[in-house]
Amino acid sequence: MKPVEPLFRPGERVRVMKAYPLGHVRTPYYIRGARGVIERLCGAFANPEELAQMRDGLPARPLYRVRFLQREVWPDYRGSCDDTVDVEIFQHWLERT
Amino acid sequence: MGGLPAGPVQRTEHEYAEWERRVDALMVLLSGVFGGKRLMTVDELRKNIEALGPEAYDAMGYYERWVSAIAQTMLQRGVITTEELARKMLEVERREAG
Amino acid sequence: MSDLGKYAPLTYFQLMEVSLRELLVEKGVLSERQIEEAVADMRARGSERGARVVARAWTDPAFKARLLADGTAACQALGLEVPALRLIVVENTPAVHNVIVCTLCSCYPRMLLGLPPEWYKSRNYRSRVVREPRAVLAEFGTVIPAQVTIRVHDSTADMRYMVLPMRPAGTEGWDEERLAALVTRDSMIGVALPTAP
Repeated sequence: MKPVEPLFRPGERVRVMKAYPLGHVRTPYYIRGARGVIERLCGAFANPEELAQMRDGLPARPLYRVRFLQREVWPDYRGSCDDTVDVEIFQHWLERT
Repeated sequence: MGGLPAGPVQRTEHEYAEWERRVDALMVLLSGVFGGKRLMTVDELRKNIEALGPEAYDAMGYYERWVSAIAQTMLQRGVITTEELARKMLEVERREAG
Repeated sequence: MSDLGKYAPLTYFQLMEVSLRELLVEKGVLSERQIEEAVADMRARGSERGARVVARAWTDPAFKARLLADGTAACQALGLEVPALRLIVVENTPAVHNVIVCTLCSCYPRMLLGLPPEWYKSRNYRSRVVREPRAVLAEFGTVIPAQVTIRVHDSTADMRYMVLPMRPAGTEGWDEERLAALVTRDSMIGVALPTAP
């Protein structure tokens, strides 16, 4: 089965969907709704949400490393204003901003 | 759990017990890391650990959670049945006590 | 194989481990030998493989470039057996310090660094390092100056991460073996710096 085509390129600004579905999700709570920048495309991988339910998770879909500024993620962040948190996020959790 | 309030990091090193190493080996082997048939995915394991609920993190040790999740996954996959597990646990208990 | 129960009764979960393992062996799903070999394999993996990779990167610029571009391929080119590892290596520089965590569970580059330390898997590390990395690093005795950017890498999916620490000063002309001895597991997670010479 052909993998899903990548929608985003490095440097693009994206936002993580602010959704809280049930099931196994690899998008951490703390990053939902946050805005970041695509750091790289990691490749295409089977969907872990489906693998967790004993399905094959295909077609493989793009996984990105997305970079977020810590001061935009945590309201009380005390550190350098350039500090980042980089998180791997699947394409279906990202929207273009 | 990122970002939740928590205490200082305890830096004690843990000497792994043999049973813990065996749980680890089961996880690696059953998920097909060393080749061989993949009988489960780590995603199913993680889902089953999440299903234990937040209290499990405080009440159960790391490998206690893993062995429970591996057993649950094997049950869900039909590799073992609850009855088989029950009988085996009783057999082992009697053997160890005797 | 059972070394349990001789000195103390089995706990419920130890009982489950023995029972699960015996059932799987009886059903021919796994063999005792496979389990023993897997245990031995993991026992033998400390952080030496990771240290070797770092020492090579410090001495060989072409290898370092390859490592940063495709971590897994570079490790394989070094002859390292790293099954199922999709590796991203992140480089510490005078401007940037990296630290690794898995907030969702305990993903870790086991094939390079061995079994993770207890603290890496702990609730406290996983909750706090992503939110207050400087404070957590300070608890490890690692103080990162304010002008250095900290990047926290949360391995939430299929990739695994390792930090390439900066080569300590005063190691000019050292061979790889001597350099590798300076590279601690904690420096490859990012909570510490390599040992000074």
